[in-house]
Amino acid sequence: MTETTEMVRADNVHKSFGSLEVLKGIDLVVKPGEVCCVLGPSGSGKSTFLRCINHLEKINAGRIFVDGELVGYRERGGKLHEMGEKDVARQRQSIGMVFQRFNLFPHMTVLDNVMEAPCRVKRESKSEVRDRATALLEKVGLGAKVGNYPGQLSGGQQQRVAIARALAMRPKLMLFDEPTSALDPELVGEVLDTMKDLARDGMTMVVVTHEIGFAREVGDNLIFMDGGVVVEQGPPREVIGNPQHERTKAFLSKVL
Amino acid sequence: MSDDTTTERARPEAIKAVPVRHPGRWVGLGIIAILAAMFLHMLLTNDRIRWSFIFLEYQDGKRGVMFTEPVLEGLRGTILLTISSMAIGILLGVVIAIMRLSPNKILSTVAFIYTWFFRAAPRLVLALLFGNLNILWERIGFGLPFGTQIGKLFGLDNFDGQFYSIKASDLLAGFVAGMLALALSEAAYMAEIVRAGIQSIDQGQSEAAVALGMSRGQVLRRVVLPQAMRVIVPPTGNEVIAMVKDTSLVAYVPVTFELFFQLQQIQARTFVVLPVFVAALIWYLILCTILMIGQYFVERHFGRGYGATGKAKQRLRDIQVEQGGRITPTGEGT
Ligand SMILES: Nc1ncnc2c1ncn2[C@@H]1O[C@H](COP(=O)(O)OP(=O)(O)OP(=O)(O)O)[C@@H](O)[C@H]1O
Ligand SMILES: [Mg+2]
Repeated sequence: MTETTEMVRADNVHKSFGSLEVLKGIDLVVKPGEVCCVLGPSGSGKSTFLRCINHLEKINAGRIFVDGELVGYRERGGKLHEMGEKDVARQRQSIGMVFQRFNLFPHMTVLDNVMEAPCRVKRESKSEVRDRATALLEKVGLGAKVGNYPGQLSGGQQQRVAIARALAMRPKLMLFDEPTSALDPELVGEVLDTMKDLARDGMTMVVVTHEIGFAREVGDNLIFMDGGVVVEQGPPREVIGNPQHERTKAFLSKVL
Repeated sequence: MSDDTTTERARPEAIKAVPVRHPGRWVGLGIIAILAAMFLHMLLTNDRIRWSFIFLEYQDGKRGVMFTEPVLEGLRGTILLTISSMAIGILLGVVIAIMRLSPNKILSTVAFIYTWFFRAAPRLVLALLFGNLNILWERIGFGLPFGTQIGKLFGLDNFDGQFYSIKASDLLAGFVAGMLALALSEAAYMAEIVRAGIQSIDQGQSEAAVALGMSRGQVLRRVVLPQAMRVIVPPTGNEVIAMVKDTSLVAYVPVTFELFFQLQQIQARTFVVLPVFVAALIWYLILCTILMIGQYFVERHFGRGYGATGKAKQRLRDIQVEQGGRITPTGEGT
């Protein structure tokens, strides 16, 4: 694949649920290696936008490209064709996603959770995947928990396993949907540290979060969404330190 | 940890209190014990039950009625009927449940109509109906749809478009008819059980799996169904046990190769009624007990990662790891 200068490109993305229009024209560019933080009040469409990027939701208008490739559709002769299930799945393989509620597979051990997709989806050799999975779990600080079931871990540990599980597919882009919102305050730090390491290693990330400190420290770009549109965007320090828009000011005054 | 920072206080004397008395419980226990003793006494001393007829010999020189050849043959038939109709019922039930939950409206409607029909039709009526279905068709086989009509269209009189066919009364009678009636009816109930199981799994599970690039089939096989099994297995155990007993319905098809039918034949021959029913009851109790034990193990298997058995296994694994043992990967070959 050709080197692109844009890992994610969203052009005028619209999304409705029935008559409810949730995204009303989102534009966004995330460059390779960048960390883009998404901020905004509840119901503003942050999760929906994130889910559109890996085609968990079908958009109604606009275009989303990941690494230069149109997501979910193929353009032929000026006409859009829906992609088949196989092709959508192939695109998702290179996009990791981490959920607010972890969504680990409770019937598999931690190691099996991490090994499942590389073994089943990519059909890589088991021993190779096991080594990589063990190394990843080691890296997120869970080398001692490989044999545990998710139900036996704390929330912070579960979320770190979820991150390792996504990384095991060697994604080129990671999406995080409020990864620390379901955690006790003292567990937030360990997950954020893992994410910071990841950013330092050069992973491209789109992070929906309410952690202003994280956005300021790690983010290269910050977008503030409200009511399905991007109200304001720019370098996190500037947006947070000196918001231009009334709605951004009001929101920041509440979360800071 | 706290030993060296705080001065240890003397442990107070352990509490020795008089426990609360429950006289009601003892009275209840007494009554139950007396009733149980009366019942046991009746069972052992009432010679109209004729235990020797059941267990030892029912005619001169023959074994007890439970162990005579036709009854054992019937028992084999009952087991075979249970296994085959449940196997078909479960497989078809899973397929119908998946169809029912499919976004494809045609598939889900077909599944809905299927479950509607077979849940509404009584099993006994179905069994009788299937036993007599062969009057509808002369022969049953594979071939072109509307083969005879196509033949007429081209003026071919004896063309029926059949590649392979057998006489309907050979195929759809006795055992096969009874088994099909039970299996198709069972599939409808299993479909509802499986559907409930699938729907009990959090949406986030399949979302996470799909986000990893899994196909719909993989999500179902690897993530959703294994978890749904915890919900599916207990009512399926009920279904299997109910099926053991419902096989007695096919005695009316008639299927001669079945436990209850055989015991009834003996009743008719010997004019001994009650002991034969007792013998039948004992066999059904034995079969169902074995099945319940089986269910316990299946439930334990699918309870991995949840509750007590999962924790017990984890303790074993922790000990292994601490002793430098290899981590045994689980989930293989399941
Ligand atoms: N599957 C759906 N069907 C119908 N409406 C939906 C669906 N998913 C989301 N919505 C609606 O879309 C809007 C945006 O939801 P979304 O989850 O994207 O918000 P959010 O910004 O992530 O909020 P939060 O911070 O609470 O997570 C909400 O009004 C929600 O009710
Ligand atoms: Mg959200």
